[in-house]
Amino acid sequence: MTSPAPRPEPTEPILSVNNIEVIYDHVILVLKGVSLSVPNGGITALLGANGAGKTTTLKAISNLLRAERGEVTKGSVVFGGEQVQSLSPNDLVRRGCIQVMEGRHCFGHLTVEENLLTGAFTRRDGPGAVNADLEMVYGYFPRLRERRTSQAGYTSGGEQQMTAIGRALMSRPKMILLDEPSMGLAPQLVEEIFEIVKKLNDDQGVSFLLAEQNTNVALRYAKYGYILESGRIVLDGDAKALRENEDVKEFYLGVGGEGRRSFKDVKHYKRRKRWLA
Amino acid sequence: MEILYDILVKPFVDMVAAPDFFLQVVWEGLVSGVLYALIALGFVLIYKSSRIFNFAQGIMVVFAALTLVGLYEKGVPALLAVPLTLAVMYLLAMTIERVVLRPLVNQPDIILFMATIGITMFLIGFGEIIFGGENKVMITEQLMIPTGSYIFEPFGGFVSIEQKDLTAVVGAVVLVGVLLLFLNRSKMGRAIRALGDDHQAALSVGISLSTIWVLVWFIAGVIALATGIVWGARAGVSFALEVIAYKALPVLMLGGLESVLGAIVGGLAIGILEKLFEIYWGQPLLGGNTETWFAFVFALIVLLFRPQGLFGERIIERV
Repeated sequence: MTSPAPRPEPTEPILSVNNIEVIYDHVILVLKGVSLSVPNGGITALLGANGAGKTTTLKAISNLLRAERGEVTKGSVVFGGEQVQSLSPNDLVRRGCIQVMEGRHCFGHLTVEENLLTGAFTRRDGPGAVNADLEMVYGYFPRLRERRTSQAGYTSGGEQQMTAIGRALMSRPKMILLDEPSMGLAPQLVEEIFEIVKKLNDDQGVSFLLAEQNTNVALRYAKYGYILESGRIVLDGDAKALRENEDVKEFYLGVGGEGRRSFKDVKHYKRRKRWLA
Repeated sequence: MEILYDILVKPFVDMVAAPDFFLQVVWEGLVSGVLYALIALGFVLIYKSSRIFNFAQGIMVVFAALTLVGLYEKGVPALLAVPLTLAVMYLLAMTIERVVLRPLVNQPDIILFMATIGITMFLIGFGEIIFGGENKVMITEQLMIPTGSYIFEPFGGFVSIEQKDLTAVVGAVVLVGVLLLFLNRSKMGRAIRALGDDHQAALSVGISLSTIWVLVWFIAGVIALATGIVWGARAGVSFALEVIAYKALPVLMLGGLESVLGAIVGGLAIGILEKLFEIYWGQPLLGGNTETWFAFVFALIVLLFRPQGLFGERIIERV
């Protein structure tokens, strides 16, 4: 665990979320004081089961929450040294923070290329630069070049995920909030997508905050991880440390400390532990 | 049996017997059809980009036409009044976005629909305060729209085509062409279509809702002005013009609320069919004046068989 970090981590985080509370529809308390930070150029994973609040956290950062009648009632979100809670998603994309939503959300009736181009909506640097970036995206996702004229709604799940990530890249982001990129994809494709995330992080210096249920994959690619349980961060640490943490192994990686166990025992143990906690 | 003959055979015999008259009827129908299509297009654009069924489209036609004529009466040269009216329509779009749409964002569709009824009421009152309630004459000549007519003589008979109708058709075709080009080729057009596809995703890539909404309401305003000029030239400018907007409803049912192509084809089809029905079935058999209801009944029948309309946008489903 003393292996030297591959590159020095800058001290100033690109994103820090300080003790935010989120309420939907004025009554439903979803996040109960979540704090996390993402270092500049880092990949940070946000893990947790269904309904833990991963998506809500990401939407609170990107300010897409307001479109769903959610509201950050306490705490602050600082991106690039600036408080951003009151900005619109449009302003935030302009400042370099963009979300790739869960379930891809491609524009079904637009072609793949048109989808990518919509990502450049906020840019003001002219068609030349945008086209250069389009080439760059096709470089990362050669498959999208082949499908550039197909309607996005008719492409495969993996291609849609690539389109969604590529579309976000077209905005020249400093940071991508990536929500469940593995959802509904074959394991091999999941690996492929994460490899590209890593490559983007290496080549372009894009920071990532990824919400994942697939703890195993996420912790292999992330440098740091937070674990969220019913609206609270219950555990955080270096990805490596988390991978070796007994509780994480038990609850999220599906292997107990004493090797494999029968499903019946795991369930039992899980339940008891929850009650006690 | 005679009644069956009158319904099923005689109209077609008449059509073949006087093909020049038939062409004339089709042409007249086509001209109204073009107008229905334009109005329907205004509906479709707003519906696609904001899921709002814009009840105010009809009154916007009246308001645009009134503004144009009103400005001219105040002494503004006609050719300057057009860009000024466009500016007013832009201002209107901005105001509607700021005062009505933005505060109501994320509310259920029905609330936004009600809000557009509110806009309608407001524009009726506001228009009357500024321009008065009496009928006005469209400034056709001042806008350099030709008013003569061409006579053609096919099949030994004759067909007369009014130049202002021809101008209307050509103008509408150009307008629609430019609009389609804009939607399919420009960045803003792409954003409008993206917003129509997936609201959330459009927000997430930083497409600004307010910008797009102002834009589509302005485009609807431009279309309203074009419609107002043409219809005003045929029937005068008055608040009664608003009712032609309701003709767009059957067009929308026929064409589907989300399809630009549907609005165009639906509009033309309704325009031509209602004219043919009036001349060949309505007048001899029903005492005429069928144009007021034909479109609605026709749309109803279509809906029985195709609830999504003839051109309802294909829903792409994939898992």
